[in-house]
Amino acid sequence: MAEAPYRHLLEVRDLTVEFHTSVGTIRAVDGISYHVDRGETLAILGESGSGKSVEAAAILNLIDTPPGYITGGEILYHGEDLLQMSAEQRREINGRQIAMIFQDTLAHLNPVYSVGWQIAETFRAHNQCSPSEAETRAIELLGRVGIPDPQMRAGQYPHQFSGGQRQRVMIAMALALEPDLLIADEPTTALDVTVQAQILDLLKRLQTEEGMGVVLITHDLGVAADMADRIAVMHSGKIVEQGTVEQVFRDPQHSYTQRLMNAIPGRVEDPDHEAPDIEAAPPLLQVHDVVKHYEVTSGLLRRSTGQVVRAVDGVTFDLAAGETLGVVGESGSGKSTLGRTILRLEEPTGGTITYRSHDLLALSGADLLAFRRKVQVVFQDPYSSLNPRMSVAAIVSEPWSIHRDVVPRREWNDRVIDLLERVGLQPDHARRYPHQFSGGQRQRIAIARALALQPELIVCDEAVSALDVSIQAQVIELLAELRDEMGLAYIFIAHDLHVVEHFADRVLVMQAGRIVEQGTSAQIFAAPKHSYTQALLAASPVPDPAVQAERRRNSLTPAIAS
Amino acid sequence: MGQYISRRSVHGLVSLIGLLILVFFLSRLTGDPTNLFLPLDASVETRQEFAERHGFNDPLLVQFGRYIGDLAQFDFGTSLRQQRPAMDAALEAFPTTLKLAAVTMFLAISLALIVGALAAYRPGGRFDRTASVISLAGASAPDFWVAIVGILVFAVSLRWLPTSGTGTWLHWIMPITVLLIRPFGLLVQVVRGTMISALSSAYVKTARAKGVKERVIIFVHALRNSTLPVITVAGDQAAAIVNGAVIVETIFGWPGIGRLMIDSIIQRDFAIVQATVLLTAVAIFVMNIVIDVAYAVLDPRIRHN
Amino acid sequence: MSEASGPVLIAPEERPIRQVALLLWRDKFAFVAAAYLSIVAFFAVFGPWLVGDLATSLNLRLRNAPPGSIEHGWAFVLGADALGRSILARLIVASQNTLGIAAAAVCAAMICGGTLGLIAGYVGKWPGAIIMRFTDVLMSFPSLLLALVVLFVFEPGVKNVIIVLAITRIPIYLRTTRAEVLEIRERMFVTAARVMGAGSIRIVLRHVVPIVAPTLVTIAAIDFALVMLAESALSFLGVGIQPPEFTWGAMVALGRNYLGSAWWLAFWPGLAIMLTTLALNLLSSWARMATDPTQRWRLEITDKYDG
Repeated sequence: MAEAPYRHLLEVRDLTVEFHTSVGTIRAVDGISYHVDRGETLAILGESGSGKSVEAAAILNLIDTPPGYITGGEILYHGEDLLQMSAEQRREINGRQIAMIFQDTLAHLNPVYSVGWQIAETFRAHNQCSPSEAETRAIELLGRVGIPDPQMRAGQYPHQFSGGQRQRVMIAMALALEPDLLIADEPTTALDVTVQAQILDLLKRLQTEEGMGVVLITHDLGVAADMADRIAVMHSGKIVEQGTVEQVFRDPQHSYTQRLMNAIPGRVEDPDHEAPDIEAAPPLLQVHDVVKHYEVTSGLLRRSTGQVVRAVDGVTFDLAAGETLGVVGESGSGKSTLGRTILRLEEPTGGTITYRSHDLLALSGADLLAFRRKVQVVFQDPYSSLNPRMSVAAIVSEPWSIHRDVVPRREWNDRVIDLLERVGLQPDHARRYPHQFSGGQRQRIAIARALALQPELIVCDEAVSALDVSIQAQVIELLAELRDEMGLAYIFIAHDLHVVEHFADRVLVMQAGRIVEQGTSAQIFAAPKHSYTQALLAASPVPDPAVQAERRRNSLTPAIAS
Repeated sequence: MGQYISRRSVHGLVSLIGLLILVFFLSRLTGDPTNLFLPLDASVETRQEFAERHGFNDPLLVQFGRYIGDLAQFDFGTSLRQQRPAMDAALEAFPTTLKLAAVTMFLAISLALIVGALAAYRPGGRFDRTASVISLAGASAPDFWVAIVGILVFAVSLRWLPTSGTGTWLHWIMPITVLLIRPFGLLVQVVRGTMISALSSAYVKTARAKGVKERVIIFVHALRNSTLPVITVAGDQAAAIVNGAVIVETIFGWPGIGRLMIDSIIQRDFAIVQATVLLTAVAIFVMNIVIDVAYAVLDPRIRHN
Repeated sequence: MSEASGPVLIAPEERPIRQVALLLWRDKFAFVAAAYLSIVAFFAVFGPWLVGDLATSLNLRLRNAPPGSIEHGWAFVLGADALGRSILARLIVASQNTLGIAAAAVCAAMICGGTLGLIAGYVGKWPGAIIMRFTDVLMSFPSLLLALVVLFVFEPGVKNVIIVLAITRIPIYLRTTRAEVLEIRERMFVTAARVMGAGSIRIVLRHVVPIVAPTLVTIAAIDFALVMLAESALSFLGVGIQPPEFTWGAMVALGRNYLGSAWWLAFWPGLAIMLTTLALNLLSSWARMATDPTQRWRLEITDKYDG
């Protein structure tokens, strides 16, 4: 009989994966089924803990057993069940026919071997060619994924590459033997948007050239809309919805998918909010020509090399009382250093900051303490921003034990409960400890703590970046409510433009320590003037497949070096 | 890399100088250092004459300057009991201890790598659990007691091995075994621990996804990364083996530096105590530099910082 | 704090004692170790009071009486020493000194090392640099030799042995504390406290110490075994505890002279040291596994996978 090609490249049927833990058996993957064809991209979309990465590990036999077990189902590759094959047969398929790229590239590349060696290993593992030829081909591959000077770079080690470059190395490694199927597990998650755009472009181009099937695992609706032909939505171990990208985005059927689609942070509506008039009153905060330089030292005695890193390089802006200012930029743009300088956590190298017409940088003693009452902070990482050994009540009441005149001790109990209810938590949460809460709840606790002193300004440093999309939207909604109620001003630092789109009154765009553009949200988003702002907007994928398809046709991708 | 090594060497040198200062001031802390240097039965005249000759009546800083000056000329004073330069006695004993330590560490590291890697291959398996208990017992055993029980069983009862002394290869068996037990036990645990975490690391997942053979994953990917912590612990243990050598050389009557030290302490021969302390410190200083070089060779992240 | 109207919300963290006991039961070695240590600890506290002067009363008729017979009463089941004193009674009495010295040295090292580590980590600058060079000196030299030199200069005795052992262990606590402090002070909750206006003392006491302390206690448990071994070695070499005080190590040293005629004199105290350190090590390796979320399942699953 002639070769009858099986209908699908990969078909997963009723796959179930269980983990044995202290709280009993957990079904990380609960009877999921899907398929991928050649040349097609399937995006598996899910939030943290949905089981999407476990499912990918199962295809490549990467689940640690124990504690994880595949308890049911089939994984058919060209119609043959991978789960019935011997370990040796599966090893033969891994890397040669099915390849994978991972998220945390620094951890996923071996730190003690050169990058060229690690790429060449794919050839060696499958006895494809002589060792010297493998090296030559590794260098070719590095060039093909866009690493400049591949000959020299092949001899370097993973820590000498940037995040985006390491992902390119990963891709080179995965594509070495021209696999039929590529599994990409959150390939761009930790990367800046412009770098993300380049990596996604590269993946798209290589897929077209090789004609391989791609399973793209992501939590980012924008990435899914940009890359996918079809989408499978995963929620607590199950695929709740599957369909073409247009179907799922235009007309989501399952309630979870609908929630996810509505939660896109840019869509937060806050009709009650009116932007305060900057001209009308004296500004709350005036930042004038602030500069923060770090000296680069080296050698035995840590002598200055004369080089300086210009983290913040002459930033000037005003903030009105009750105003929300978005500060947007990629990593290394100096946005967080700026925030820390305003909080008096860093002393600037030059420039002035005035708060309510007091020179902020000259404050000390009681005056500084008074300033500390008025300005608070909410940080990105909800896991490290709360002391794990303090109860929620102790965390929220800590500001009062520093500023003793704010709330009399006997009222602490009631006030803690008030604040918790204000941020959407229960009174009995006060007795619990941070580890008993989810990321979003922890961020609410951090907000309650920031509100305890009834501040005038809260600096939010990437306050929602570590959260799942649906949670992000809830936290931003809470922040929006609070500002209207309490007349708060925010400095909202973010790397994601879309988070601030509807929330901020004004937006500053920062690049390499400088403000490249500032204006009202409407101006920035509707008519960006600076080329960098335009590039940022273009690189950030919109969760709308039609828009993304249009963009790809026009090939608006910016040319910015990573 | 050169910068890293030189920085580490400077740190080591600072420690060495710190130790010199410590030894000097300790010896002067008791009040009259003549008590330290002279035997207890020395007459009052001898004491006075001694103190005068060695300038113990001078101000402390003057004494310290002289002490450093003598050290710079490799003059560590004269042993009063042995009537010869203290450093000669120390250098004479040193090779014995060095040989003992080198053989022991070589055996301990090789055995620990084999046993630890095998235990890590199936964590929780029978071999692993047996190896864990044995290595824990090894790390817990008081070496002086193991030596005594060994003499009791193999020398007194069975008469297979000599009780003490040097000479034939039979004399080596018990001292080395006793000395081996603790570093072996600790190293097995370290090898096992680092191998388990290396085998469950992200880069091993990548290698599996590439289809790399299991043998290569264990011996090329995981073992190379595990050598780094193992080297650190092995270095600490190599330095600590001097502790064991004191005990083992005393019990088995080996003319090494540990025995010399105990004898000098019992005879209150301070010049030799001082010389042995400094000689050991220099040996450890040299070994630490060798370890730092090995580290830099094995880990590119250190090489480039 | 104790006012009736004060914050009653600050409740202690829930302690799942039952779960700990269950995990301990799963690992039979650790369970036996815990039981053995409880017995030893009991004797260390109440032993001298229970045994009375049995440990010191001479009985020349029973000189070097062999073990394994209860002819002369249970007290002589492990034999008698060269002066006819009950070895069992002496073991029980010596446990107080042996464990007491180790405990005192570990506590002293933990407190001194922890405090210096806090200063080195939080203050930094020149005090930090001096403290770190000081530990380098201590670390660069074998602990037993250091103890020997110090005990050569000072009179050996319980107090000095404790001080010497503590000094040799300080670097472990100091380095751990410093490393943890350097990491903790960069955590966001410390920065948040600074933004609230908290001073250095408040941050150290409220935010740094409560997080460092459990780590130090864990290390202390492992260290206890090491310190016990070191004390035994010093006493064995004759520069540790001096008569009339005695520890297990000193008992081994005494028994060494009778190795040919009465092996049990040196054997039992050595075995006691070995079993106690082994039990401590078993328990701490169990604790490490139980507290490591990536290893914990090994204790939780009921089925074993033998190779």
